[in-house]
Amino acid sequence: MAIGSGKNPLDLVFSSLTAIASFSVIFFILGILYVLISESLPAIERFGVIKFLTSTDWDPVKESFGALTNIYGTILTTFLSLLIAIPVAVGIAIFVTEIAPDFLKGPIGIAIELLAAIPSIIYGMWGLFTLSPIMSSHIEPLLKRIFGPIPLVGLLFQGTPMGIDILTASVILSIMIIPFTASISRDSFNLTPSVVKESAYAIGATKWEVIKNIVIPYSKLGVFGGIVLSLGRALGETMAIAFVLGNNHRITTSLFDAAATITVTLANEFAEADKDIYLSALFYLAMVLFIMSFVTLALAKYFLLKAERKYSR
Amino acid sequence: MAGGTEIEVKGLDFYYAGNVHALKKINLTVLRNSVTALIGPSGCGKTTLLRCFNRMHDLYPKNRYEGEILFQGDNILSAGTDLINLRSRIGMVFQKPTPFPMSIFDNIAYGLKLKGIKKRTDLSERIEKALRHAALWDEVRDKLNASAYDLSGGQQQRLVIARALAVNPEVLLFDEPTSALDPISTAKIEDLFEGLKRDITIIIVTHNMQQAARISDSTGFLMLGELIEFGHTDRIFTAPAEKLTEDYITGRFG
Repeated sequence: MAIGSGKNPLDLVFSSLTAIASFSVIFFILGILYVLISESLPAIERFGVIKFLTSTDWDPVKESFGALTNIYGTILTTFLSLLIAIPVAVGIAIFVTEIAPDFLKGPIGIAIELLAAIPSIIYGMWGLFTLSPIMSSHIEPLLKRIFGPIPLVGLLFQGTPMGIDILTASVILSIMIIPFTASISRDSFNLTPSVVKESAYAIGATKWEVIKNIVIPYSKLGVFGGIVLSLGRALGETMAIAFVLGNNHRITTSLFDAAATITVTLANEFAEADKDIYLSALFYLAMVLFIMSFVTLALAKYFLLKAERKYSR
Repeated sequence: MAGGTEIEVKGLDFYYAGNVHALKKINLTVLRNSVTALIGPSGCGKTTLLRCFNRMHDLYPKNRYEGEILFQGDNILSAGTDLINLRSRIGMVFQKPTPFPMSIFDNIAYGLKLKGIKKRTDLSERIEKALRHAALWDEVRDKLNASAYDLSGGQQQRLVIARALAVNPEVLLFDEPTSALDPISTAKIEDLFEGLKRDITIIIVTHNMQQAARISDSTGFLMLGELIEFGHTDRIFTAPAEKLTEDYITGRFG
């Protein structure tokens, strides 16, 4: 028998305990998946898969539910937040690993980790009371003036800037995921062997050329893994954006419109789900999110593993 | 064969961050188109001395030089030295092969592009020349677009030498270039030196005394940061003037 090898009874107890602890994780995942599937079965039967995923209806009164508005909101806020966060996070990582003098590296590193430690509800409150007014009175009117008149691009900046909208939610999300992307990028950059950097310097490269041509290519898979990990986090984030997203089940082109994400819909509507099919539709929605998060996490793991293999020789 | 003075080190002291006195009053002269070997026990300062010649120590804060290193008459330790220019004239090859994360072609093209050579035909021509120079051309001519990581360790080291040669340096510094390689790869690289010194000046740090004896014209023996003895390789190995040198080369310590 592999476990414990049977020599010492205490050994057997310990190895059994650790094995139980480990298997419980698998048990919980399967348990959660089971509940999601069984609870959403009525909705799956009634709305099907394709129809549920492509319908923009979300009408509790008529009992007609579709996930598309929620999926759209989730993907759009996630995408926008990554768009904002990636350049900032990679910039932080470059500064901390390659540019900052030693006495600054520690404090900035700690600040990044503290940013990651702030509970998301606090981001949400800050977003509602501080960021949202600033967005509606300063930033969004400015964006509207600059980009509004441009054809096509202007479609993104229509309507009245209220501050309770997709853009504000994305900004908060981006601040939340910056620490993850930054610290994983920093770790990846640090994996670049200094002797490889030195040999680039040794043929006359400048600091910027070494960063651009050696450090970033060397660590791009790791950075990419970090980005996908942040993506997973942005997908699942609820409390930080629940207050500033507006819970609007419509697909709009303007970033100044309210929207709904899967998480925010779930948080807001469970309490008011008075009919069985409404509740079942919410569980169905949760299952969609579960699958989306699972796939992104699997992808991230895959890329990080590939990065490790490639350079650990 | 060896020409005039290429590098002259005058009263060089070097301190690592934290005031560690790593080199003490070093004086030596490196002749043009010659191979100079630096030998000595681990921690003696030979690599530290080598890394002074292209000011590699400047990459890390609080390292300090005192004294002079004259390269073709100019003091490269002076404040106004253009390090980018200096390093393209004095190249370096490290102990472990250090290919860049790109193709074989791009590895060599990299240094050329830094020097402003961008035309594909110019690049191809100089890349082929450099690879021939480093005796690697026949092995890689059909797979120039393959990743440099696909090469063996010995091939990677010759690729790195080709990359260093491509930018036409006047001096090449080698920091134990064969210590991570098997004997056959080592022999291939040693064979290069005779041809290379027709065009450039070579300074090599090595742990392997037979290697120093085989390939170098002059040898310097360092210990505890001091240059104990410096002179013609034949003389150092057959009739060392210092007791310490004799003890080291006869294997009594080190």
